[in-house]
Amino acid sequence: MPVQPPRAALTASATDTARLSGVGFGYADGPGVLRDVNLILPAGSFHFLTGPAGSGKSTLLKLLTLEARPTAGRVELFGEDAGSPSRAARAGFRRRMGLILQDLRLLDHLSAFDNAALPLRLAGGKREGYAGDVMEILDWVGLGGRGEDRPPALSGHEKRRLVFARAVVTSPELIIADEPTGGLDSATGGRLLKLFQAMNRVGTTVLIASHDEALAKASGASVLRLREGRVVGGGA
Amino acid sequence: MIGRLISRRPGIVPRNRGGEPWLAAVIAVLCLLACLSAVGAMAADRAAQGWARQLRAEATVQVRPRVGETGAEAAARAAQTLAGVAGVEEAAAMDRETAEALLRPWVGAAVLPDLPLPYLVTVRLDPDAPASAVSLSRALASGGVDATVDDHSLWRREVERSAALITALAVAAFLLTAGAAGAAIVYATQAGVAAQRTLIETLSLTGAEDGRIARLFQTRYALMAAGAGAAGAGVAMALVAGLRFLGGPDGVTPALPVAWSDVLMLSPCPLLAATVALVAARITALASLRGGG
Repeated sequence: MPVQPPRAALTASATDTARLSGVGFGYADGPGVLRDVNLILPAGSFHFLTGPAGSGKSTLLKLLTLEARPTAGRVELFGEDAGSPSRAARAGFRRRMGLILQDLRLLDHLSAFDNAALPLRLAGGKREGYAGDVMEILDWVGLGGRGEDRPPALSGHEKRRLVFARAVVTSPELIIADEPTGGLDSATGGRLLKLFQAMNRVGTTVLIASHDEALAKASGASVLRLREGRVVGGGA
Repeated sequence: MIGRLISRRPGIVPRNRGGEPWLAAVIAVLCLLACLSAVGAMAADRAAQGWARQLRAEATVQVRPRVGETGAEAAARAAQTLAGVAGVEEAAAMDRETAEALLRPWVGAAVLPDLPLPYLVTVRLDPDAPASAVSLSRALASGGVDATVDDHSLWRREVERSAALITALAVAAFLLTAGAAGAAIVYATQAGVAAQRTLIETLSLTGAEDGRIARLFQTRYALMAAGAGAAGAGVAMALVAGLRFLGGPDGVTPALPVAWSDVLMLSPCPLLAATVALVAARITALASLRGGG
């Protein structure tokens, strides 16, 4: 597997990718899930977000992926206010991100190639135009020979690589991953981590939520710790 | 390798192989019934219009001869007078033999020679601009003919009322069937879209705009409904064409005079079915997106 990501996955940006200022989140009549979170993800930075179950990791990711809106504070993405964007603006923000969610969300009726190419297809790209780039990225993540296979025919590790390929195929400025190595052995998880590191080396901001402290330490990335809805280490 | 991948391109919205063929079959059957109801309504209206038109184009005049004049002479004079009235195509005195021939099946031949029969004139009117009973009476009076004009208006009103009722019932049957077909399409589309909620969320997280996602679903379900509508309308068109071919212009029965134009009138059915599905899919997909936050 080559260390350098293919040309199709390269990006560059100068502003802070994400900035959270005094952000809080809570459900009506419930305790606050996040309290006064201050966080800056500079462009091209690499962070792990760790914390015990229930500490608010997934909620923080949902604020960044715009699946939830903060009940307090300000969220900025790519230098713009993203606290309560219009639906069109939200889609625009998401097109600048690559998301790797815990439940993978692969489309079982499509081939691995079509799953990886999904963001390009949704953006109206012509298949003839992007086929070469998609194949290059599938090669890079180690799925070069599996383009015609559907997700049910892939192993758990291959599915995660495929989701990674789908996340980077549009050259996103920010990659957000929720437990991307969950359920994988440490060696396999380490190989997947190398793909994130390779993307970060070419300028992509990476935020990985994981409860795997050992993996976070081994990555050499900045580690943000969440405890009881607050960032207790590594924040802004 | 790339060429092979390009050649195979399944849709982003998967086919629901379990329920979709059945839903398509239901839509096809309902479209068939809606088409047949539409043809029934058109044919009933055509038959009703035809009956009313026939009655409007006929009148009967009963003549009373003057002193010293025979009934046949009076009838001939009346026919001659009426022939010149605007809106009359033909007026002919009915001779005794013709009147007896009409009555023979009802009263028998034995009593006919002794039976006093009225002296009648049958009048065929211009169906597009028929002469009124008043103008016929006035012409007869000015010609010195003592006569009573029956323009069948009492009977015609009854026929027209019955015909209007038949047409209204046929139209109501069509509207109910078309409504049921529309509801089935809406239900099938909503169920199909609702079953794809996870896919909709995934596409949204991938950065697709709401309109783009809705288009995927509306295209998918519009094509399904168009196909089912085409199947239903195709069968209906074949049946109507068969009826027209077998029955000629009057149809297999005078109560159902189908026309070749009826076959063409069914052609928009797939388009209508597709439009209903398209709108339902769009509304459901957008509601799902907005409900999902």
